[in-house]
Amino acid sequence: MDWVAVGLTLKLAAITTLILAVVGLPLAYWLATTNRTWRPIVDAVVAVPLLLPPTVLGFYFLVATGPDTFVGRFYAFVFSGTIPFSFAGVLLASVLYNLPFAVRPFASGFAAVDRRLIEASRCLGASAPRTFATVVVPLSWPSVLTGLVLAFAHTVGEFGVVLMVGGNIPGVTRTIALAIYDDVQALDYAGANQASAVLLVFAVSVLAVTYSLQRRVVPV
Amino acid sequence: MTLLDVDIGFHYRNGPGIECHWQDPIEGPRVTVFLGPSGSGKSTVLRCLAGLERPQRGYVRFGDRIWFDAARGVNVSPDRRNLGVLFQDYALFPHLTVERNVAFGAYGLAQSEVARRVTELIDVFQLQGLESRLPRQLSGGQQQRVALARAVFRRPMLLLLDEPLSALDRATGDEMREELGKLIRVLGIPTYIVSHNRADALALADRTVLLDEGRIIQRGTTQDVFDAPTSSAAARLVGVDTILLGRIASIDNGLARVTVGSQEVRVAPPAEVGHEVALCVRAEDVTIARHDAVDLSAVNHWRAVVRANTQEGPLVRVVLDCGFRLSALVTRDAWQRLELKSGDGAWAIVKATTIRALPRN
Repeated sequence: MDWVAVGLTLKLAAITTLILAVVGLPLAYWLATTNRTWRPIVDAVVAVPLLLPPTVLGFYFLVATGPDTFVGRFYAFVFSGTIPFSFAGVLLASVLYNLPFAVRPFASGFAAVDRRLIEASRCLGASAPRTFATVVVPLSWPSVLTGLVLAFAHTVGEFGVVLMVGGNIPGVTRTIALAIYDDVQALDYAGANQASAVLLVFAVSVLAVTYSLQRRVVPV
Repeated sequence: MTLLDVDIGFHYRNGPGIECHWQDPIEGPRVTVFLGPSGSGKSTVLRCLAGLERPQRGYVRFGDRIWFDAARGVNVSPDRRNLGVLFQDYALFPHLTVERNVAFGAYGLAQSEVARRVTELIDVFQLQGLESRLPRQLSGGQQQRVALARAVFRRPMLLLLDEPLSALDRATGDEMREELGKLIRVLGIPTYIVSHNRADALALADRTVLLDEGRIIQRGTTQDVFDAPTSSAAARLVGVDTILLGRIASIDNGLARVTVGSQEVRVAPPAEVGHEVALCVRAEDVTIARHDAVDLSAVNHWRAVVRANTQEGPLVRVVLDCGFRLSALVTRDAWQRLELKSGDGAWAIVKATTIRALPRN
């Protein structure tokens, strides 16, 4: 087992999930409660990584964040480095690529919360963020947890985007999925088999936990 | 005294609109009922007051506060209007106990003050022993009391009740109506109630506002509105049958004598002696006789004069003057047999048990 790759993978997945919680929860709440005309466009942008090959996302990400772009120069000015082929770059691409896996479960959970309870909370003096924390999330936590678990698990198993954006730099951007690819290229089937088995068991258990959570309905 | 000044226009994307304008002094435990059929826009008016709905036009002013002003782009969010709202299905938080539902608005209050108010409200609303139950473990009546206790926890300046009794079956509703009236008096908070049930207006309202197709068609004291509807739409709303307002003079043998003007009506007592009551007499429950009969079980016999006859399909509506206006519905056959003409003398006979009596608080 390539323990460096395992550690890097877990770190990437954990930080990605954390960022998705901070960004994705409000975004999902907005999507679940708004009926503005351009909501379908935001919905589509959030969901597009589900259909797009990771290479396409990775390609545009590289084009948009290269050292000569505005984003690239700004990043170099602040952190004196480049986004492509760095951990930060992989992390950012990973957040974008995993957006639907977190936001869609969040949003469907929030949409299922009775609007009247939200209105009641507002009429009882609670602001929108307070209502979100004390009414919406407690009533939709299985969906929130599902979204976080799926985002984490999906990041662990990510391949294309990491390869496109991060290259394959040991200790920096080489995750477990890339390590398996390298093992197979090097005809090290034993190493590939070991890591693959771990990922398989991990994926199946995560899905089992997720589905059992979804069956749990908050009794009303 | 605070003035509630409302002038709003609200239009659904492809439906009828609401255009409402009224001013009301808000003081003490005064109850105003918005009475209207479903689809008349009454709930939307209430939601505009609460800030849950944004009208396209107009303003809502409460004293010197501006809650909404379309021209100035002002729309104060519901949490900053200090209102108590009771939702039709109560909207209790299913994940919180009775106690935590009641104290939901505790944000920003000292712990000791929260505890004091919770104890007080649990007591006033008779929720002792239910503190740690979840809403789904409560009866409809208990849920309503929890919802009301929750709504008044922050001492709102105005209480808005959306169809407070429609979620209950009729017997429980009648019981709760009486209790609700008492609680509103105890709380002393000015209250707006939206309802399609005229029993709510009759039993609870000091003032009644009639709403039809998004317009206010009449408003005034409940007595005036029910006594003298100014349009046919208003008459349909308050009902064409007879509603009598009176006071219980005495109760003997389980039967109340209610004084209505100079007449006396006997009914099953809905309240104690001295209470104001509203009596509802359905036209089809009135028997008309040419002469007074002595060997009948019905206890209400009133001498009357026939004022008008109108054909209603196979039936004839006879308006009688018994000291109050009484509407009777008889078959055409019976009407012809009795040869009732305007100005004729007759007797109106009504069983005490067919009169619906509502206590007025």
